[in-house]
Parts: sequence; structure tokens; C-alpha cells
Amino acid sequence: MNENDLLYARSHEWLQIVGDVGTIGITRFAVDQLTDLVYVELPPVGRALHAGDSFGVVESVKAVSDIYAPVAGEVIEANQTVVNDPSLLGTDPYEKGWLIKIRIPAGTDTSHLLSKSTYDSEVVNAH
Amino acid sequence: MGLRTPLFDEHHRTGAKIVDFGGWDMPVVYSSIIEEHNATRSGAGLFDVSHMGRLWFKGAGAKNFLEHLLTNRISDLQEGQVRYSLVLNLQGGTRDDVLVYRFGEDYLMVVNASNRLKLIEWFEGIRPSFDVTMTDETTTSAMMAVQGPLALSLLQSLVAARLDQIGYYYSSITTLLGSRAIVSRTGYTGEDGVELIAAPEVIVEAWSKLLDVGREQGVRPAGLGARDTLRIEAGMPLYGHELLESVDPVQAGLGWAVKSKDKDFIGKDALLQKNSERPVRVGLELEGKRIAREGYSVRSGGDEVGAVTSGTLSPTLQKSVAMAFVDPGSRQLGTQLTVDVRGSAVSATVVRLPFYRRAIH
Repeated sequence: MNENDLLYARSHEWLQIVGDVGTIGITRFAVDQLTDLVYVELPPVGRALHAGDSFGVVESVKAVSDIYAPVAGEVIEANQTVVNDPSLLGTDPYEKGWLIKIRIPAGTDTSHLLSKSTYDSEVVNAH
Repeated sequence: MGLRTPLFDEHHRTGAKIVDFGGWDMPVVYSSIIEEHNATRSGAGLFDVSHMGRLWFKGAGAKNFLEHLLTNRISDLQEGQVRYSLVLNLQGGTRDDVLVYRFGEDYLMVVNASNRLKLIEWFEGIRPSFDVTMTDETTTSAMMAVQGPLALSLLQSLVAARLDQIGYYYSSITTLLGSRAIVSRTGYTGEDGVELIAAPEVIVEAWSKLLDVGREQGVRPAGLGARDTLRIEAGMPLYGHELLESVDPVQAGLGWAVKSKDKDFIGKDALLQKNSERPVRVGLELEGKRIAREGYSVRSGGDEVGAVTSGTLSPTLQKSVAMAFVDPGSRQLGTQLTVDVRGSAVSATVVRLPFYRRAIH
């Protein structure tokens, strides 16, 4: 997955949109901040998410973090491989470590999300 | 900015994540807590513990002063012997947990970083009744721990004393890289190992040498994160979590270090008056891999019976384990409880502490 083609939320989720399907994960920066991921909880297929809803949880040895939906949609797939082996999220957050796929309504506004360069300069480097 | 140990530049240079701990800027993780934890169990971990307070007590009254302050016995300490003890407040609650070393008529007390200034102020108030001086050498010396099965062999070439001749919880004044140092067979990880106290530049040089020599054998610097998961597996309390001014050592399971029958000490009268129904520290093993974090409610049926004080996913056992304070009715081994993990009731069983015990060779 080309990181330059993704959209980013300030809460460190990434979103890839292909047709009406959005794939959501969390960024390398977030994974590095958390370190040592031990538990991932994802929503059941069919759940309707509003933009900004917490749809899951990642736990590291140190902390618990909620994961938020960057846009609204209905969950059509959750990555059970990552639930079974949370370390995948640490090693490969943009490919094997994707979290959920959602069906996105036509005309969804993504203007609040950031480009890779904006995310890097305004969020990552601000830390 | 907090206080910095002599190893701070080294931590910063090697990419450690730095956090505030007891007023000090300390490394919490270098690369991965789990890797650092596992390195300590299988090889050796190096820990910067220079933030721990180092207070010297000297003079004819030093022994009696410490006997008066501490719950454990001091007068029978052998040369070089080290003993764990509690310092109590007048209500019998815990002011700190400490190690005391004896060298002739002099005593060294190693205290928690977060309690150092509180203790110094309090000791100063009591000291005039005794013929004793107190010197705080925390910022003029440094301290590191080398812990794990490779610790003694790794360190031996840098130290004059024969490390395998120093007994568990004994220490020796010897040389490290040719300079004066105190080496003790102590630690906070559940592994064999030593702790070293020496001049700042000596500790910095030893740290680099041990990493140079040991890296290929699996020696790693280990941060506060791994120190926490290691001590949880070893069932050891941490001040601020299992021990507080409002928590007494008997309820925390440290009655073995309280010699109420043999001696008097500050806080003893209040301690003996404590209600036998107060919560006690237990170990919990949870179902699944979610971590029981500090403050999570512990329940029996629908009723709250206590709260978690520390928890982690044990890297060694691959189980979710926690320490909690629960009502005495729920303390028996095997008792089935639940922990409220952010709204879901996760099954938990009361198990024996420590969770992990190393094989004795």
C-alpha cells in the first residue's frame, strides 16, 4: 500500500478508498508510540459506524488506545489475522496489519482528513 | 526537565523513549519492552537505577537509629549483608520500602526515587535524638543493575571480587574497572544478578563495556517498562501501586519483613491495631490476553471486592496477570473472580505469588 495515496486522521488512523470500500488501519507512528502490542479488538461485520466513532481497541504493554472511524460506513470485514497475532500490526501496519474494511456511502466528505505530507508535518513532527 | 542520571546521554543517543519517573528523566523503553524483558530472562539486562536514592548513615547511633525507623531487624546484619525493610508512618502505613546494607558501623539505605526527599526531611526530624549523620549520595554516585542468567559471568572481568562468592542479599566493597564500587547480589527482576554503585564516570564506562562485550550474547539495555513487567512476574510490590502511605506492609503480604514480636519501630503500635478485615494483596490470573490495569474493579458475583494495582501480559508465561487488593473473603487461592476490563467482566482466578520463579541451578 502506498502511504502517499492514503488519507490520515489526527488520531493516527489511515484510510484507503477504492470504489465504495474503505480500508482502515493505524499509522506506523502510532504503532511506534504504543510499542509492544498485545491485544486488538475489532467490531463485528455489519456494525454501522459514524465518523469519529470508536470502533476498536489496541492494547500495548503500556497503554490502551481507542481506534476511531475516519469516515462513516458499515463494517464489511475485520482482520482476524491481526486479532490472533497483534504483533503483525507492529511489523506491517499498512499491509498485513489493516484493521477493518467498511462500505462508504456515495458522496462521503473526506476533506477533514490529511494527506501524508500534512500528517507528517502537523502531527508526527509536532510530537 | 527532571533530574538526569549520568547515563542520560547514553540513553538519549541510543534512542530510548524518556519519561518522568519520580522527578527523573528515565528511559522507559529502548526498542521493545518485551524484547528487553526476554533478554533479561534469557541473557542479561542492564538497568540504569541511578535514580534510586542512596543515603548513608554513620556514627555510633546509626544502628539504633535504623532499628527505630525500620520494620525489619538491623542489629544482626552481618558485614556486607543487605536486608529488605519497610519504613512506616505513625499510622502504620508505608512511607517507603528500602534496602539496607551494612559495612562495619556504616549503613547504606537505598530508597525509591519518588520518596527520597520525603524520607530525608522526615529522617532529619528524628535524627537529633541519635548520634548519627546522614549523607545523600544520590547525585554524586551512579547505580546500575545487571540482571539475568549471564549477569555474573558477563560482569566478572570488570570486578575484582569473586561474584559467585557473594551470597544472595550480600554485598562487597570492591573495585569496578579499578575504581571503588559496591557490588550487591540483589535486584528487582526475579533473576540472579547484581547491582553496582560507583562514581558516575565508572558506571558510564562499565555500561558501555558490558554492552560491547555482551550484545552478541543477548545482553540489552532495559528500561522502566521491562523493569515493571519483570517485577510483576516476580510478584514484587512497587511503591505508588502496591505500597502507599495508606497501605500497611502486612496487608501487602510483606509481614515477613515486619518483626513486631522482636523489636519496636515507628508505626508498630498502629500496625498492631489494624482491622483484620482490611483488603490484602493477591495475585490474579485472567482469562485471555487483555491486561488488567491499575484501578480496574475486581468483582465476586456482582459485588466489588477490590481493585487492581498492577497488571501486564506476562511475556514469560504468555498470560494476563495482575496484582490486586481484595477483601479477605476473596483471598483464598483458586477463588473465582472477575475483573471489569472497560465494561466487560473477564474471569480471573486467585493464584500464588510470584507468577514466575526462576529455576535454581
